Amino acid sequence: METLITILSGVLVTVATYLILSKSVMRVILGTAILSHAAHLLIMTMGGLKTGSVPILGEGDSNVDALPQALILTSIVISFAVTAVSLVLAYRIYKETKTDDLYELRGFKDE
Amino acid sequence: MVFVLTTIIILCLAVALIQLRHKRNPTTVHIGWFILLVPATLFILLTSYIPQMANGKTLLFTMNWIPSYDINFTFYLDGLSIIFGLIITGIGALVTLYSIYYLSTNEALGRFYTYLLMFMASMLGVVFSDNMMVLYVFWELTSISSFLLIAFWYQRKKSRQGAQKAMLITITGGMSMLAGFLMLYGISGTFSIREIVSEIALYSDHDLFLPAMLLILLGAFTKSAQFPFHIWLPDAMEAPTPVSAYLHSATMVKAGIYLVARFTPVFGGEETWFWLVSGVGIVTLFWGSFQAVRQTDLKALLAYSTVSQLGMIMSMFGIGSVALHTDYSGESVLYTQAAFAALFHLVNHSTFKGALFMVVGIIDHRMGTRDIRRLGGLMALMPVTFTITCIGSFSMAGLPPFNGFLSKEMFFTAVLNISHFDVFSLETWGILFPVIAWTASVLTFVYCMIIVFKTFFGPYQMKKLEHPVHETPSGMLIAPGTLALFVIGIFFFPNLLGDYVLHPAMNSIFPTFPSSELTVHIAAFHGFNTELLMTFGIVIVGTLLYVFFRYWKGVYKLFPEKWSFNTLYNFILDQLEKTSNTVTNLYMTGYLRDYMTYIYLFFIIATGGALIYTKTFLFEITGNAPITIFEWIIAMVMMAAAIAILFAHSRLTAILLNSALGYGIAMFFVILRAPDLALTQTVIETVTTVLFLAAYYFLPEWKKENTTRKIKGINLLISVCVGIVFTVVALAVQNGKLFGAISGFYENAKELAGGKNIVNTILGDFRAFDTMLEVVVLLIAGIGVYSFTKLKAKKEEKQLED
Repeated sequence: METLITILSGVLVTVATYLILSKSVMRVILGTAILSHAAHLLIMTMGGLKTGSVPILGEGDSNVDALPQALILTSIVISFAVTAVSLVLAYRIYKETKTDDLYELRGFKDE
Repeated sequence: MVFVLTTIIILCLAVALIQLRHKRNPTTVHIGWFILLVPATLFILLTSYIPQMANGKTLLFTMNWIPSYDINFTFYLDGLSIIFGLIITGIGALVTLYSIYYLSTNEALGRFYTYLLMFMASMLGVVFSDNMMVLYVFWELTSISSFLLIAFWYQRKKSRQGAQKAMLITITGGMSMLAGFLMLYGISGTFSIREIVSEIALYSDHDLFLPAMLLILLGAFTKSAQFPFHIWLPDAMEAPTPVSAYLHSATMVKAGIYLVARFTPVFGGEETWFWLVSGVGIVTLFWGSFQAVRQTDLKALLAYSTVSQLGMIMSMFGIGSVALHTDYSGESVLYTQAAFAALFHLVNHSTFKGALFMVVGIIDHRMGTRDIRRLGGLMALMPVTFTITCIGSFSMAGLPPFNGFLSKEMFFTAVLNISHFDVFSLETWGILFPVIAWTASVLTFVYCMIIVFKTFFGPYQMKKLEHPVHETPSGMLIAPGTLALFVIGIFFFPNLLGDYVLHPAMNSIFPTFPSSELTVHIAAFHGFNTELLMTFGIVIVGTLLYVFFRYWKGVYKLFPEKWSFNTLYNFILDQLEKTSNTVTNLYMTGYLRDYMTYIYLFFIIATGGALIYTKTFLFEITGNAPITIFEWIIAMVMMAAAIAILFAHSRLTAILLNSALGYGIAMFFVILRAPDLALTQTVIETVTTVLFLAAYYFLPEWKKENTTRKIKGINLLISVCVGIVFTVVALAVQNGKLFGAISGFYENAKELAGGKNIVNTILGDFRAFDTMLEVVVLLIAGIGVYSFTKLKAKKEEKQLED
């Protein structure tokens, strides 16, 4: 199971990297969103999987590791905030410059 | 030591005075008169120390600065430093007097005298410092104040260029000198030059000994305008003439020579030291005199002659250092006389060169030109100026009855002696010393004659001059006149100078030798020896060369004008700028993809390389949890969705596939016993999808990437490599768990925090600090989104300058 999820997150990282390397602002933002998915999966896997019950006291004898879950919860919220800001930024860039091509945005004079 | 304190107090008061007077009442009295008090007082103070020095006493004064690092203001007054101190303050006083008449009150006098005093103070600091770090600080201060003085008329382009060149070259040398000092500190463990001198015998086999020597010499050579670093000196002639007279003939350019003299007891006696110092010196002597003959600008001519004379002094110190090669003996005493001659010529050069610069300044001031092709026939019109020029030039040419004759004879004695020396392979190459020295002296004679005859003899060219000629006001002539008196005075009473001033300095250069053996009796006439015959030869050949100058002028055309060190220097500067520009433009493209490529390549090479190098890529799947068919399906669907995003034709497809990924992860969270995560992930994914869809509405259509196939291939390769490295690292890490988790502690949630949900107690109690800041992140993001959508760029801000 761990190996499967690790390989899955590896695939996600590959896709995200490819998207980040592209020209369009939208693709780059999509890439960062996928990259955060991969990171969350990895944190989860590192804590060990399926070795206990839900981390609520009284639900079983041994609970799964709760610490990575808390970390991921924080991370989800932060990556959502970042995605939201970058989407609005992309919107604003497009409004000001009429392009979403990063190659054309080079050396823009308001830089 | 009273002297140092007085110096500092006087200098500080003077600088304050400049500013006050200048602000309050700039026109009435020339502020130079107040400034004149400073060097004059210091000179008299220093003179009062001469008797003590002559009795072999030295004075030491320490003022703590950074005691924990052994860096303190340690001032050391001995024979060597007092010579320089006397030159600095004495000529400083004369130059100030001269500048009072030279600069009109319309000039920025406050600035001029502030820089000049700053220079004087730092120069005194250089020669009196015993601590190498403090010496370096003052050394750089002389570079900086010289830079400021060269560019005094900063409106002129040439002044700025000359200042920049002088700055770059001398600072380069200064930095390397600092490195040398640090190496010496590493060897000996002390910054004190006196202590290093007394202990150096223990360290001369150290690995850093030679590098330290070379680096310190580089500093000395750049400062003293030695070949091939002499190029800054002619360009520094754009400075006002008092500055050229003071800094660029009498004081600053002798700082390097002071350094060589000061470090002779440390490095002297080494073969490298001897060959570098005397070899570079003699080459500089020849090259400077060779170049001086062709100059048509009097100041440039004097600049090259300074270069040449500095080379002569430098080579004599090199020859003198041979004496330290063997222990004290009758023969080694012979070579110490070269160092004595160097000190003697140092004083002589300061006198006659200072006078010559001031005279050229007078000519420039009165005629508005200093081009020898436009000057001529001034002898009858400016008799006093003419007399002083004759004294200065003939002394420089080495003719009696001027002091230059004595030092030139002693120089010949030194080079003749060294050609008989039988170490350092001098038996084969030693003969070059007298030959080059004699040739250079002939050329020196030629340019000295050019100064006198081209300027003061021949036809008077009225039309080419800007002002009608008449003799200068006497005030301007006081300073050069005094120096000219010294030139003659030293010739008739050389031993007065030798016994009282130069002799104590010899003790500082050769501390291991018995003091009584170091006295040299200077006599104007030694009988008909080789040296005298060489002087006769110089006069005869020099006169012939001067008379037939137009016939052999062609020598200078043998090499094209372009083949100079100036061209090389400019070429290096140009290339540095061009290359750095090219290199920067090569990788700073302003394109996100390129920067991300560098980051990913670093990740692949560093992380992947470390993996291969340490061979940690071991996998084990035995400890894995079992996989059900349901999980297989989710994982496969997610992988397919991820890959499909790359091929999506429309944006909507891509967004939906991304949310498929998000919900897939939420499902995994359910399977992996993480209810809170599953909940949050579902909600957040929904909101994100809504956001993407909103952006879909505002952003342009998802265009097909118009990148080339090659770039796509590279991108694919990079992303596959990143994915592989990432996966391999993750797998390798899962394998080697070194210690168990600390999560057992959080199972006490009920007792410690009063909650059953462990994840929530972690977020709200155990690690609530994270949660607080995460809330702040959300808040900031909210403000960011609001301002991005609401605030409009103000048009008028675009007017700001780039």
